[in-house]
Amino acid sequence: MTQTTEKIIYRRPEVLQERNFHFCPGCGHGIAHRILAEALEESGMAERAVGVSPVGCGVVTYFYIGIDWQEAPHGRAPAVATGIKRSRPDLLVLTYQGDGDLAAIGTGEFVHCANRGENITSIFINNGLYAMTAGQMAPTTPIGRRTSTTPKGRTIARDGYPLRVCEMLAPLDGTAYLERIALTDPKSVRQAKKGILKAFQYQMEGRGYTLIELLSPCPTHWRMKPVDAIKRIKEEVLPIFPTGVIKDVGK
Amino acid sequence: MNTDWLPPEKCLLTGNEASVEGALLGGCRFFVAYPITPQNEVIGRMSWRMEEVGGVFIQAESEVASINIMLGASCAGVRVMTSSSSPGISLMQEGISYMASMGMPCVISNVQRGGPGLGDIGPSQGDYFQATRGGGHGDYHCIVLSPYSGQEVMELTKIAFDLADQWRTPTIILGDAQIGQMMEPVIFKGVQPVDVENMPPKPWALTGAKGRPFKFHRSYLGGKGELEGHNEKLQAKYRDLLRSFPGWQEVTGPEDADILLVAYGSTARVCKGLVEEPPEGLEGKLRLFRPKSVWPYPYAALKEEAMKAKCVLTVEMCSGQMVQDVRLALEGARPVFFAGRVGQGVPTSDQIARKALDILAGRALPAGVISFRGDE
Repeated sequence: MTQTTEKIIYRRPEVLQERNFHFCPGCGHGIAHRILAEALEESGMAERAVGVSPVGCGVVTYFYIGIDWQEAPHGRAPAVATGIKRSRPDLLVLTYQGDGDLAAIGTGEFVHCANRGENITSIFINNGLYAMTAGQMAPTTPIGRRTSTTPKGRTIARDGYPLRVCEMLAPLDGTAYLERIALTDPKSVRQAKKGILKAFQYQMEGRGYTLIELLSPCPTHWRMKPVDAIKRIKEEVLPIFPTGVIKDVGK
Repeated sequence: MNTDWLPPEKCLLTGNEASVEGALLGGCRFFVAYPITPQNEVIGRMSWRMEEVGGVFIQAESEVASINIMLGASCAGVRVMTSSSSPGISLMQEGISYMASMGMPCVISNVQRGGPGLGDIGPSQGDYFQATRGGGHGDYHCIVLSPYSGQEVMELTKIAFDLADQWRTPTIILGDAQIGQMMEPVIFKGVQPVDVENMPPKPWALTGAKGRPFKFHRSYLGGKGELEGHNEKLQAKYRDLLRSFPGWQEVTGPEDADILLVAYGSTARVCKGLVEEPPEGLEGKLRLFRPKSVWPYPYAALKEEAMKAKCVLTVEMCSGQMVQDVRLALEGARPVFFAGRVGQGVPTSDQIARKALDILAGRALPAGVISFRGDE
């Protein structure tokens, strides 16, 4: 009788619920959910975590990731997270927010949450538009990009400049770890999980606010095939939003 | 239970300071607010008193942040409060609507000032509709209590935390600049502090899913029939609340008085003076019905008292908002008159007395559809 040795090297993290995502084909949210679930499991913090879900495509995050969740009004997740974390400092508290939610309507809340040095981690999905409401321009939309509210392309004169959230937060003394990663290839996806784990670690060490920005494709509202959407991130998005660790107080 | 922080048996305090003590006695251990006149004594006193009881104090960057930090603390199971004044309360309406939907208890103190817009920092009762009719978007209510003295600010703020937890609803203390700024003795003797270490459990609180299934609170209910089902439950809760809590009131003055005055807060204070020391021509003619809660509004009790009088005179520091509840209570059974000021001041006792004399002499018109005062 021959003995075969099988080793599972990849499986669904238990915290990720067995439920079909509502996301469009090729959307980055599915990847972001998966690595967030893996990071929660690998950090051993899933049972001591509370997430705050946004308004936008990520609103029903609580259907997919099996931790306690509180839904926040549009943009207010960092304020809600502040209330939870200050009440229960032993908990891992995270927000999951898109670029409309965090970088537009929630500008006041994330800036002051960061500036107070709240021990909270924000997972920030940057796909350059409002996907849930049919693809309008976001503060992160690149110049020239067509959206449903910039039909001729975003112009500086009319619409201003793309907002770089990590660079904007870096000078604030309350921030501890800021990293931007593009969800374009397996290596980057693994790096994104590492970044989230580091942010969790810093949070539980009480080092301050941490934010992981994930450059994410939206093939539906970019009106292109998923493979082309990945290509667009590499060619058009990375020059505006360079990836890498923007701030690490541990260094 | 640590009791080192308890206030002395009797203190000279402003209404705003009294609200801080009422909150701490009611088990509040999380306070978040943004500065605004005329409630600055609340945030000022709370900044050091909350530290003395070992709770959390946050000065937020806006009222929008305040109400959402409240939402976070509330979902974590803590007794939480904010204090503000009219323009700041307007900014909180979004968060209040979410908290009402998700059953998040909290206490909101509104030290009303004049509006609309930036208005003025003087006393007003112009936020009555906002407070008693929901205020934000959607179909909901908040419990609204209406103190008329520093003592009552303390007592009603304390009890507001129990009501908020019991009914899982935002609860508003509807004061005004005069009640908040006026300094008077507040008696703490016999007031028992809530034992925060032994409070009823909140099985719905988010504490991390250790040893139990995970849970979440949401107000987005986009599935087929979800929102209607949720709102039916919310309305059933309000019906239960109204059945068990028909409202609170205080009635003073002779039972056979001709005119029943109806007023809350600062205006009730002036009316009470008139009832206790009536001017010439009004001796024995005035009685006061003072709601201590305006949602639930004490409709039945008001009607019962009003039927003993010939007519009702509602007094407010606005163009006439509570007068609508008075008319609802009476359903036309008695004529309803109105006296009020629309900014920068409490109606004087002379002004109210003149109106009462006009009513008795048949010279005044009852509140109408367009003109509430009857003399516009």
